[in-house]
Amino acid sequence: MRPFDYERATSLHDASERMSDAAAIIAGGTNLLDLMKIQVMTPSRLVDISRLDGLDRIDDHDGGLRIGALVTNTALATDPRVRAGWPVLSRAILAGASAQIRNKATTGGNLLQRTRCPYFYDTAMACNKRAPGTGCSAQGGSGRMLALLGTSEDCLAAHPSDMAVALAVLGASVEITAPSGELRTLPVTQLYTLPGNRPDIETDLKQGEIITAVVLPAPRPGTAQTYRKVRDRASYAFALVSVAAVVLMDGDTIAEASLAFGGIAPRPWTDGSVNALLAGAEASDESFARAAAQLVPDSAPHPETEFKRPLLRRTLIATLREATGLAGRVDTARSL
Amino acid sequence: MTTFTVNGRSHALALDPRTTLLDALRDHLNLTGTKKGCDHGQCGACTVLVNGVRVNSCLCLAAMHDGDEITTIEGLGSPDRLSALQAAFVEKDGYQCGYCTPGQIMSATALFEELKAGHPSYVSEGLDGATMSDAEIAERMSGNLCRCSAYPLIREAIAMAAEAEE
Repeated sequence: MRPFDYERATSLHDASERMSDAAAIIAGGTNLLDLMKIQVMTPSRLVDISRLDGLDRIDDHDGGLRIGALVTNTALATDPRVRAGWPVLSRAILAGASAQIRNKATTGGNLLQRTRCPYFYDTAMACNKRAPGTGCSAQGGSGRMLALLGTSEDCLAAHPSDMAVALAVLGASVEITAPSGELRTLPVTQLYTLPGNRPDIETDLKQGEIITAVVLPAPRPGTAQTYRKVRDRASYAFALVSVAAVVLMDGDTIAEASLAFGGIAPRPWTDGSVNALLAGAEASDESFARAAAQLVPDSAPHPETEFKRPLLRRTLIATLREATGLAGRVDTARSL
Repeated sequence: MTTFTVNGRSHALALDPRTTLLDALRDHLNLTGTKKGCDHGQCGACTVLVNGVRVNSCLCLAAMHDGDEITTIEGLGSPDRLSALQAAFVEKDGYQCGYCTPGQIMSATALFEELKAGHPSYVSEGLDGATMSDAEIAERMSGNLCRCSAYPLIREAIAMAAEAEE
Protein backbone atom coordinates (compact mmCIF):
# COMPACT_ATOMS: atom_id res chain seq x y z
CA MET A 1 0.00 0.00 0.00
CA ARG A 2 1.09 3.58 -0.63
CA PRO A 3 1.34 5.67 2.56
CA PHE A 4 -1.82 7.47 3.64
CA ASP A 5 -3.12 9.49 6.57
CA TYR A 6 -5.77 7.68 8.56
CA GLU A 7 -8.45 9.97 9.99
CA ARG A 8 -11.52 8.99 11.97
CA ALA A 9 -14.49 11.20 11.09
CA THR A 10 -16.38 12.61 14.07
CA SER A 11 -19.58 13.36 12.13
CA LEU A 12 -20.97 13.17 8.61
CA HIS A 13 -20.21 16.84 8.12
CA ASP A 14 -16.65 16.26 9.32
CA ALA A 15 -16.29 13.36 6.87
CA SER A 16 -17.53 15.51 3.97
CA GLU A 17 -15.12 18.28 4.89
CA ARG A 18 -12.20 15.87 4.88
CA MET A 19 -13.01 14.63 1.36
CA SER A 20 -11.03 15.63 -1.71
CA ASP A 21 -9.91 13.99 -4.96
CA ALA A 22 -7.02 12.43 -3.03
CA ALA A 23 -9.16 11.11 -0.16
CA ALA A 24 -11.32 8.01 0.12
CA ILE A 25 -14.01 7.06 2.58
CA ILE A 26 -13.55 3.72 4.30
CA ALA A 27 -16.21 1.71 6.14
CA GLY A 28 -15.98 -2.08 5.72
CA GLY A 29 -12.92 -1.73 3.52
CA THR A 30 -13.24 -5.19 1.96
CA ASN A 31 -12.90 -3.87 -1.60
CA LEU A 32 -10.99 -0.63 -1.00
CA LEU A 33 -8.12 -2.21 0.97
CA ASP A 34 -7.80 -4.94 -1.65
CA LEU A 35 -7.49 -2.26 -4.36
CA MET A 36 -5.05 -0.22 -2.26
CA LYS A 37 -2.78 -3.24 -1.78
CA ILE A 38 -2.35 -3.59 -5.54
CA GLN A 39 -2.21 0.19 -5.97
CA VAL A 40 -5.23 0.40 -8.24
CA MET A 41 -6.50 2.93 -5.71
CA THR A 42 -3.95 5.16 -4.02
CA PRO A 43 -5.72 7.64 -1.72
CA SER A 44 -3.39 9.78 0.35
CA ARG A 45 -6.06 10.10 3.06
CA LEU A 46 -8.52 7.55 4.42
CA VAL A 47 -11.58 8.94 6.17
CA ASP A 48 -13.01 6.29 8.47
CA ILE A 49 -16.79 6.63 8.88
CA SER A 50 -17.28 3.18 10.40
CA ARG A 51 -17.99 4.52 13.90
CA LEU A 52 -20.44 7.28 13.03
CA ASP A 53 -23.57 7.03 15.17
CA GLY A 54 -26.91 5.91 13.76
CA LEU A 55 -25.77 4.72 10.35
CA ASP A 56 -25.78 1.06 11.36
CA ARG A 57 -29.52 0.86 12.08
CA ILE A 58 -32.43 -0.53 10.08
CA ASP A 59 -35.52 1.54 10.90
CA ASP A 60 -39.17 1.20 9.93
CA HIS A 61 -39.87 3.96 7.42
CA ASP A 62 -43.10 4.79 5.52
CA GLY A 63 -44.26 1.16 5.62
CA GLY A 64 -40.87 0.04 4.34
CA LEU A 65 -37.37 0.23 5.76
CA ARG A 66 -34.57 2.76 5.98
CA ILE A 67 -31.28 0.86 5.95
CA GLY A 68 -28.29 2.79 7.28
CA ALA A 69 -25.26 2.83 4.99
CA LEU A 70 -23.11 1.10 7.62
CA VAL A 71 -25.47 -1.87 8.10
CA THR A 72 -23.40 -4.94 7.24
CA ASN A 73 -24.43 -7.31 4.49
CA THR A 74 -24.95 -10.02 7.13
CA ALA A 75 -27.12 -7.79 9.34
CA LEU A 76 -29.26 -6.83 6.35
CA ALA A 77 -29.65 -10.36 4.96
CA THR A 78 -30.60 -11.80 8.36
CA ASP A 79 -32.90 -9.02 9.57
CA PRO A 80 -36.23 -10.75 10.31
CA ARG A 81 -38.18 -7.97 8.56
CA VAL A 82 -36.09 -8.30 5.38
CA ARG A 83 -36.37 -12.09 5.36
CA ALA A 84 -40.16 -11.86 5.65
CA GLY A 85 -41.00 -8.87 3.48
CA TRP A 86 -38.20 -8.67 0.91
CA PRO A 87 -36.81 -12.24 0.68
CA VAL A 88 -35.16 -11.57 -2.69
CA LEU A 89 -32.85 -9.12 -0.92
CA SER A 90 -31.76 -11.70 1.66
CA ARG A 91 -31.19 -14.31 -1.05
CA ALA A 92 -29.18 -11.96 -3.27
CA ILE A 93 -26.90 -10.84 -0.43
CA LEU A 94 -26.40 -14.44 0.71
CA ALA A 95 -25.48 -15.36 -2.89
CA GLY A 96 -22.57 -12.93 -2.79
CA ALA A 97 -19.05 -13.14 -1.37
CA SER A 98 -18.28 -15.26 1.73
CA ALA A 99 -19.57 -15.15 5.30
CA GLN A 100 -16.36 -13.37 6.37
CA ILE A 101 -16.75 -10.65 3.74
CA ARG A 102 -20.49 -10.21 4.36
CA ASN A 103 -19.78 -9.68 8.07
CA LYS A 104 -17.60 -6.70 7.24
CA ALA A 105 -18.97 -5.27 3.98
CA THR A 106 -21.51 -2.47 4.37
CA THR A 107 -24.64 -1.50 2.44
CA GLY A 108 -23.12 1.72 1.11
CA GLY A 109 -19.83 0.08 0.28
CA ASN A 110 -21.52 -2.78 -1.53
CA LEU A 111 -23.24 -0.27 -3.84
CA LEU A 112 -19.97 1.57 -4.49
CA GLN A 113 -17.67 -1.45 -4.91
CA ARG A 114 -15.60 -1.39 -8.06
CA THR A 115 -15.76 -3.73 -11.05
CA ARG A 116 -13.77 -6.99 -10.94
CA CYS A 117 -12.70 -6.59 -14.61
CA PRO A 118 -9.20 -8.15 -14.64
CA TYR A 119 -7.85 -5.26 -16.72
CA PHE A 120 -9.00 -2.74 -14.11
CA TYR A 121 -7.10 -4.78 -11.50
CA ASP A 122 -3.87 -5.08 -13.49
CA THR A 123 -1.91 -1.80 -13.43
CA ALA A 124 0.24 -3.05 -16.34
CA MET A 125 -2.84 -3.01 -18.60
CA ALA A 126 -4.64 -0.13 -20.28
CA CYS A 127 -7.89 0.78 -18.53
CA ASN A 128 -9.99 3.88 -19.14
CA LYS A 129 -11.73 3.40 -15.81
CA ARG A 130 -8.54 3.27 -13.74
CA ALA A 131 -6.44 5.64 -15.87
CA PRO A 132 -8.69 7.73 -18.17
CA GLY A 133 -7.55 7.92 -21.78
CA THR A 134 -5.19 4.94 -21.71
CA GLY A 135 -7.48 2.63 -23.65
CA CYS A 136 -9.23 -0.65 -22.84
CA SER A 137 -7.15 -3.83 -22.80
CA ALA A 138 -10.34 -5.88 -22.47
CA GLN A 139 -11.01 -5.04 -26.15
CA GLY A 140 -9.18 -7.87 -27.88
CA GLY A 141 -8.31 -9.44 -24.52
CA SER A 142 -10.08 -12.21 -22.67
CA GLY A 143 -13.49 -11.39 -21.34
CA ARG A 144 -15.54 -14.06 -19.62
CA MET A 145 -16.67 -11.70 -16.83
CA LEU A 146 -17.37 -8.66 -19.04
CA ALA A 147 -20.76 -7.03 -19.62
CA LEU A 148 -23.27 -7.70 -22.37
CA LEU A 149 -25.42 -4.56 -22.18
CA GLY A 150 -24.74 -0.88 -21.49
CA THR A 151 -21.08 -1.03 -22.52
CA SER A 152 -19.14 1.42 -24.70
CA GLU A 153 -16.06 1.32 -26.94
CA ASP A 154 -14.10 2.60 -23.96
CA CYS A 155 -15.28 0.15 -21.29
CA LEU A 156 -16.77 -3.34 -21.19
CA ALA A 157 -16.74 -3.79 -17.39
CA ALA A 158 -19.66 -5.25 -15.42
CA HIS A 159 -20.90 -4.15 -11.99
CA PRO A 160 -20.30 -7.03 -9.58
CA SER A 161 -22.95 -6.51 -6.87
CA ASP A 162 -25.70 -9.05 -6.17
CA MET A 163 -27.32 -6.87 -3.48
CA ALA A 164 -27.79 -3.98 -5.93
CA VAL A 165 -29.69 -6.24 -8.34
CA ALA A 166 -32.20 -7.11 -5.60
CA LEU A 167 -32.49 -3.45 -4.59
CA ALA A 168 -33.20 -2.59 -8.25
CA VAL A 169 -35.95 -5.21 -8.58
CA LEU A 170 -37.53 -3.94 -5.35
CA GLY A 171 -37.54 -0.30 -6.48
CA ALA A 172 -35.26 0.82 -3.64
CA SER A 173 -33.79 4.33 -3.41
CA VAL A 174 -30.46 5.63 -2.23
CA GLU A 175 -30.37 8.49 0.29
CA ILE A 176 -27.45 10.80 -0.34
CA THR A 177 -26.22 13.47 2.09
CA ALA A 178 -24.48 16.55 0.70
CA PRO A 179 -21.72 18.39 2.61
CA SER A 180 -24.36 21.03 3.49
CA GLY A 181 -26.39 18.32 5.23
CA GLU A 182 -29.08 18.45 2.54
CA LEU A 183 -30.56 15.08 1.55
CA ARG A 184 -31.52 13.83 -1.89
CA THR A 185 -32.75 10.43 -2.98
CA LEU A 186 -32.22 8.55 -6.21
CA PRO A 187 -33.63 5.23 -7.39
CA VAL A 188 -30.83 2.66 -7.13
CA THR A 189 -30.94 2.20 -10.90
CA GLN A 190 -30.21 5.92 -11.36
CA LEU A 191 -27.27 5.97 -8.95
CA TYR A 192 -25.05 4.52 -11.68
CA THR A 193 -23.99 6.21 -14.90
CA LEU A 194 -23.20 4.20 -18.03
CA PRO A 195 -19.53 4.33 -19.10
CA GLY A 196 -19.83 6.15 -22.45
CA ASN A 197 -16.50 7.90 -23.00
CA ARG A 198 -15.97 8.49 -19.25
CA PRO A 199 -15.87 5.06 -17.61
CA ASP A 200 -13.93 6.57 -14.70
CA ILE A 201 -17.20 8.26 -13.66
CA GLU A 202 -19.40 5.51 -12.24
CA THR A 203 -22.11 7.22 -10.21
CA ASP A 204 -24.13 10.39 -9.93
CA LEU A 205 -22.40 11.24 -6.60
CA LYS A 206 -20.80 14.68 -6.39
CA GLN A 207 -17.70 15.68 -4.45
CA GLY A 208 -18.29 15.30 -0.72
CA GLU A 209 -21.64 13.53 -1.08
CA ILE A 210 -22.03 10.40 1.04
CA ILE A 211 -24.56 7.58 0.71
CA THR A 212 -26.21 7.51 4.14
CA ALA A 213 -29.05 5.04 3.65
CA VAL A 214 -31.01 2.81 1.31
CA VAL A 215 -34.79 3.08 1.45
CA LEU A 216 -36.97 0.07 0.70
CA PRO A 217 -40.60 0.71 -0.29
CA ALA A 218 -43.39 -1.16 1.53
CA PRO A 219 -43.32 -4.94 1.08
CA ARG A 220 -45.60 -6.71 -1.42
CA PRO A 221 -47.07 -9.64 0.52
CA GLY A 222 -47.90 -12.61 -1.68
CA THR A 223 -45.32 -11.90 -4.35
CA ALA A 224 -43.02 -14.76 -5.32
CA GLN A 225 -39.42 -13.63 -5.03
CA THR A 226 -36.26 -15.30 -6.23
CA TYR A 227 -32.63 -14.60 -7.03
CA ARG A 228 -30.97 -17.02 -9.42
CA LYS A 229 -27.22 -16.70 -9.86
CA VAL A 230 -25.10 -18.55 -12.41
CA ARG A 231 -21.37 -18.62 -11.73
CA ASP A 232 -18.19 -20.57 -12.41
CA ARG A 233 -18.20 -22.29 -9.01
CA ALA A 234 -20.99 -23.22 -6.64
CA SER A 235 -20.22 -20.50 -4.10
CA TYR A 236 -17.99 -17.47 -3.53
CA ALA A 237 -17.79 -16.36 -7.15
CA PHE A 238 -19.15 -13.36 -9.03
CA ALA A 239 -22.16 -13.77 -11.27
CA LEU A 240 -21.77 -14.58 -14.93
CA VAL A 241 -25.50 -13.88 -15.12
CA SER A 242 -28.03 -13.37 -12.35
CA VAL A 243 -31.76 -12.71 -12.39
CA ALA A 244 -33.85 -11.24 -9.58
CA ALA A 245 -37.61 -11.61 -9.91
CA VAL A 246 -40.65 -10.35 -8.01
CA VAL A 247 -43.81 -11.82 -9.49
CA LEU A 248 -47.48 -11.51 -8.52
CA MET A 249 -49.72 -14.21 -9.98
CA ASP A 250 -53.46 -14.16 -10.64
CA GLY A 251 -54.34 -17.82 -11.23
CA ASP A 252 -52.29 -18.93 -14.25
CA THR A 253 -51.73 -15.36 -15.35
CA ILE A 254 -48.85 -13.08 -14.42
CA ALA A 255 -50.47 -10.03 -12.83
CA GLU A 256 -47.19 -8.16 -12.39
CA ALA A 257 -43.54 -8.98 -12.92
CA SER A 258 -40.46 -7.00 -11.96
CA LEU A 259 -37.05 -8.24 -13.11
CA ALA A 260 -33.48 -7.09 -12.66
CA PHE A 261 -30.25 -8.59 -13.93
CA GLY A 262 -26.68 -8.85 -12.66
CA GLY A 263 -23.33 -9.76 -14.18
CA ILE A 264 -24.32 -8.40 -17.58
CA ALA A 265 -24.03 -4.60 -17.36
CA PRO A 266 -22.14 -1.72 -15.73
CA ARG A 267 -25.07 -1.32 -13.34
CA PRO A 268 -27.89 -3.53 -12.06
CA TRP A 269 -29.86 -3.84 -15.30
CA THR A 270 -33.59 -3.32 -15.61
CA ASP A 271 -35.77 -3.18 -18.72
CA GLY A 272 -39.32 -1.90 -18.30
CA SER A 273 -40.36 -3.28 -21.69
CA VAL A 274 -39.64 -6.83 -20.48
CA ASN A 275 -41.74 -6.33 -17.34
CA ALA A 276 -44.54 -4.84 -19.50
CA LEU A 277 -44.47 -7.82 -21.87
CA LEU A 278 -44.98 -10.21 -18.95
CA ALA A 279 -47.78 -8.28 -17.20
CA GLY A 280 -51.06 -9.98 -18.09
CA ALA A 281 -49.34 -12.84 -19.93
CA GLU A 282 -50.05 -16.48 -19.29
CA ALA A 283 -47.34 -18.22 -17.29
CA SER A 284 -45.92 -20.38 -20.05
CA ASP A 285 -42.60 -21.11 -21.74
CA GLU A 286 -43.86 -19.16 -24.79
CA SER A 287 -44.39 -16.02 -22.69
CA PHE A 288 -41.00 -16.45 -21.06
CA ALA A 289 -39.28 -16.90 -24.44
CA ARG A 290 -40.89 -13.67 -25.68
CA ALA A 291 -39.58 -11.83 -22.62
CA ALA A 292 -36.11 -13.25 -23.19
CA ALA A 293 -36.15 -12.23 -26.85
CA GLN A 294 -37.04 -8.70 -25.77
CA LEU A 295 -34.14 -8.56 -23.28
CA VAL A 296 -31.22 -10.38 -24.89
CA PRO A 297 -29.25 -8.30 -27.43
CA ASP A 298 -28.64 -9.58 -30.98
CA SER A 299 -24.89 -9.58 -30.55
CA ALA A 300 -22.29 -9.44 -27.79
CA PRO A 301 -19.83 -6.52 -27.46
CA HIS A 302 -16.92 -8.96 -26.97
CA PRO A 303 -16.52 -12.41 -28.56
CA GLU A 304 -15.99 -14.04 -25.17
CA THR A 305 -19.31 -12.77 -23.81
CA GLU A 306 -21.21 -14.32 -26.72
CA PHE A 307 -22.00 -17.27 -24.40
CA LYS A 308 -23.85 -14.90 -22.07
CA ARG A 309 -26.60 -14.37 -24.67
CA PRO A 310 -27.97 -17.96 -24.49
CA LEU A 311 -27.05 -18.11 -20.80
CA LEU A 312 -29.09 -14.99 -20.04
CA ARG A 313 -32.05 -16.28 -22.07
CA ARG A 314 -32.04 -19.65 -20.32
CA THR A 315 -31.50 -18.18 -16.84
CA LEU A 316 -34.38 -15.75 -17.35
CA ILE A 317 -36.69 -18.55 -18.50
CA ALA A 318 -35.65 -20.81 -15.59
CA THR A 319 -36.19 -17.97 -13.11
CA LEU A 320 -39.65 -17.21 -14.50
CA ARG A 321 -40.60 -20.89 -14.32
CA GLU A 322 -39.73 -20.80 -10.62
CA ALA A 323 -41.32 -17.44 -9.89
CA THR A 324 -44.62 -18.40 -11.55
CA GLY A 325 -44.81 -21.77 -9.81
CA LEU A 326 -44.16 -23.94 -12.88
CA ALA A 327 -40.99 -25.45 -11.39
CA GLY A 328 -38.86 -25.49 -8.28
CA ARG A 329 -39.52 -23.34 -5.24
CA VAL A 330 -39.32 -19.67 -4.34
CA ASP A 331 -39.69 -17.46 -1.28
CA THR A 332 -43.02 -15.71 -0.84
CA ALA A 333 -43.07 -12.23 0.66
CA ARG A 334 -45.09 -11.92 3.87
CA SER A 335 -46.53 -8.91 5.62
CA LEU A 336 -44.41 -7.66 8.51
CA MET B 1 -1.75 4.07 19.69
CA THR B 2 -4.20 1.31 18.82
CA THR B 3 -5.50 -0.75 21.73
CA PHE B 4 -7.37 -4.00 21.37
CA THR B 5 -7.85 -7.24 23.24
CA VAL B 6 -6.53 -10.47 21.77
CA ASN B 7 -7.62 -13.74 23.37
CA GLY B 8 -8.47 -11.87 26.58
CA ARG B 9 -5.21 -9.89 26.83
CA SER B 10 -5.09 -6.17 26.15
CA HIS B 11 -2.41 -4.81 23.80
CA ALA B 12 -1.45 -1.23 22.92
CA LEU B 13 0.45 -0.91 19.64
CA ALA B 14 1.98 2.02 17.77
CA LEU B 15 1.44 1.05 14.14
CA ASP B 16 1.88 2.41 10.62
CA PRO B 17 -1.69 3.15 9.41
CA ARG B 18 -1.15 0.59 6.63
CA THR B 19 -0.82 -2.27 9.11
CA THR B 20 -3.56 -4.85 8.69
CA LEU B 21 -5.00 -6.67 11.66
CA LEU B 22 -3.34 -9.79 10.22
CA ASP B 23 0.11 -8.22 10.22
CA ALA B 24 -0.42 -6.75 13.69
CA LEU B 25 -1.22 -10.22 15.03
CA ARG B 26 1.63 -12.00 13.28
CA ASP B 27 4.44 -9.44 13.18
CA HIS B 28 3.75 -7.33 16.27
CA LEU B 29 2.16 -9.79 18.71
CA ASN B 30 3.95 -12.89 17.41
CA LEU B 31 0.63 -14.77 17.16
CA THR B 32 1.53 -16.71 14.03
CA GLY B 33 -1.34 -19.20 14.21
CA THR B 34 -3.33 -16.85 11.98
CA LYS B 35 -2.00 -17.43 8.46
CA LYS B 36 -1.38 -15.11 5.53
CA GLY B 37 -2.52 -16.89 2.38
CA CYS B 38 -3.62 -14.60 -0.44
CA ASP B 39 -3.73 -11.33 1.56
CA HIS B 40 -6.75 -10.33 -0.56
CA GLY B 41 -9.73 -11.88 1.23
CA GLN B 42 -10.04 -14.74 -1.21
CA CYS B 43 -8.66 -17.71 0.76
CA GLY B 44 -9.82 -17.31 4.38
CA ALA B 45 -6.52 -18.49 5.94
CA CYS B 46 -6.44 -15.27 8.00
CA THR B 47 -9.94 -15.70 9.49
CA VAL B 48 -10.27 -14.42 13.07
CA LEU B 49 -13.22 -13.39 15.22
CA VAL B 50 -13.73 -9.68 15.84
CA ASN B 51 -16.25 -9.16 18.64
CA GLY B 52 -17.35 -12.77 18.04
CA VAL B 53 -17.87 -12.39 14.29
CA ARG B 54 -15.65 -14.01 11.64
CA VAL B 55 -13.76 -11.69 9.29
CA ASN B 56 -10.72 -11.79 7.01
CA SER B 57 -8.02 -10.11 9.12
CA CYS B 58 -6.07 -9.26 5.94
CA LEU B 59 -8.89 -6.89 4.93
CA CYS B 60 -8.96 -5.07 8.28
CA LEU B 61 -6.82 -2.07 9.13
CA ALA B 62 -5.60 -2.57 12.69
CA ALA B 63 -6.25 1.11 13.45
CA MET B 64 -9.95 0.60 12.68
CA HIS B 65 -10.23 -2.01 15.44
CA ASP B 66 -9.35 0.15 18.42
CA GLY B 67 -11.21 -1.25 21.44
CA ASP B 68 -12.31 -4.45 19.72
CA GLU B 69 -12.05 -7.99 21.06
CA ILE B 70 -10.13 -10.32 18.78
CA THR B 71 -10.05 -14.12 19.04
CA THR B 72 -7.43 -16.11 17.15
CA ILE B 73 -6.75 -19.83 16.89
CA GLU B 74 -4.44 -19.48 19.91
CA GLY B 75 -7.47 -18.40 21.94
CA LEU B 76 -9.66 -21.41 21.12
CA GLY B 77 -7.76 -24.19 22.83
CA SER B 78 -4.32 -25.39 23.80
CA PRO B 79 -2.42 -28.58 22.86
CA ASP B 80 -3.67 -30.34 26.00
CA ARG B 81 -7.14 -28.79 25.90
CA LEU B 82 -8.34 -28.73 22.30
CA SER B 83 -11.63 -27.13 21.34
CA ALA B 84 -14.24 -29.58 20.01
CA LEU B 85 -13.49 -28.45 16.46
CA GLN B 86 -9.73 -28.73 16.89
CA ALA B 87 -10.16 -32.28 18.26
CA ALA B 88 -12.48 -33.18 15.38
CA PHE B 89 -9.99 -31.92 12.75
CA VAL B 90 -7.30 -34.14 14.34
CA GLU B 91 -9.67 -37.09 14.59
CA LYS B 92 -10.92 -36.79 11.00
CA ASP B 93 -7.57 -35.76 9.49
CA GLY B 94 -9.24 -32.61 8.14
CA TYR B 95 -6.14 -31.24 6.39
CA GLN B 96 -3.07 -32.20 4.48
CA CYS B 97 -0.44 -29.44 4.72
CA GLY B 98 -2.35 -27.68 7.52
CA TYR B 99 -1.79 -24.10 6.35
CA CYS B 100 -5.49 -23.31 5.93
CA THR B 101 -6.50 -25.17 9.11
CA PRO B 102 -6.48 -22.29 11.65
CA GLY B 103 -8.71 -20.27 9.30
CA GLN B 104 -10.97 -23.25 8.69
CA ILE B 105 -11.41 -23.81 12.43
CA MET B 106 -12.01 -20.13 13.23
CA SER B 107 -14.55 -19.97 10.41
CA ALA B 108 -16.33 -23.16 11.55
CA THR B 109 -16.39 -21.87 15.14
CA ALA B 110 -18.34 -18.84 13.94
CA LEU B 111 -20.51 -20.98 11.63
CA PHE B 112 -21.90 -22.80 14.69
CA GLU B 113 -22.89 -19.50 16.29
CA GLU B 114 -24.50 -18.27 13.06
CA LEU B 115 -26.57 -21.44 12.76
CA LYS B 116 -27.62 -21.14 16.41
CA ALA B 117 -28.69 -17.56 15.75
CA GLY B 118 -30.93 -18.84 12.93
CA HIS B 119 -29.02 -17.27 10.05
CA PRO B 120 -30.03 -18.77 6.69
CA SER B 121 -27.61 -19.32 3.80
CA TYR B 122 -28.06 -19.17 0.03
CA VAL B 123 -28.73 -22.94 -0.04
CA SER B 124 -31.22 -22.97 2.86
CA GLU B 125 -34.68 -24.26 1.96
CA GLY B 126 -36.39 -21.27 3.59
CA LEU B 127 -35.09 -18.06 5.10
CA ASP B 128 -36.32 -18.68 8.66
CA GLY B 129 -33.22 -20.66 9.62
CA ALA B 130 -31.36 -23.82 8.75
CA THR B 131 -30.15 -27.08 10.20
CA MET B 132 -26.66 -28.51 9.82
CA SER B 133 -26.17 -30.53 6.64
CA ASP B 134 -23.32 -31.26 4.29
CA ALA B 135 -24.66 -28.72 1.78
CA GLU B 136 -24.98 -26.04 4.48
CA ILE B 137 -21.43 -26.67 5.67
CA ALA B 138 -20.05 -26.49 2.12
CA GLU B 139 -21.86 -23.23 1.39
CA ARG B 140 -21.04 -21.58 4.71
CA MET B 141 -17.36 -22.59 4.51
CA SER B 142 -16.88 -21.37 0.91
CA GLY B 143 -14.76 -18.45 2.10
CA ASN B 144 -12.07 -20.87 3.25
CA LEU B 145 -10.06 -22.49 0.50
CA CYS B 146 -7.93 -25.61 0.97
CA ARG B 147 -5.20 -25.87 -1.66
CA CYS B 148 -4.72 -29.57 -0.77
CA SER B 149 -8.46 -30.04 -1.36
CA ALA B 150 -9.13 -31.80 1.94
CA TYR B 151 -12.72 -30.55 1.72
CA PRO B 152 -14.54 -33.88 2.32
CA LEU B 153 -12.69 -34.45 5.60
CA ILE B 154 -12.97 -30.80 6.64
CA ARG B 155 -16.75 -31.10 6.23
CA GLU B 156 -16.74 -34.39 8.16
CA ALA B 157 -14.76 -32.82 11.00
CA ILE B 158 -17.21 -29.92 11.22
CA ALA B 159 -20.19 -32.29 11.18
CA MET B 160 -18.55 -34.39 13.91
CA ALA B 161 -17.92 -31.38 16.14
CA ALA B 162 -21.49 -30.19 15.56
CA GLU B 163 -22.83 -33.56 16.69
CA ALA B 164 -20.55 -33.54 19.74
CA GLU B 165 -21.94 -30.12 20.67
CA GLU B 166 -25.58 -31.23 20.55
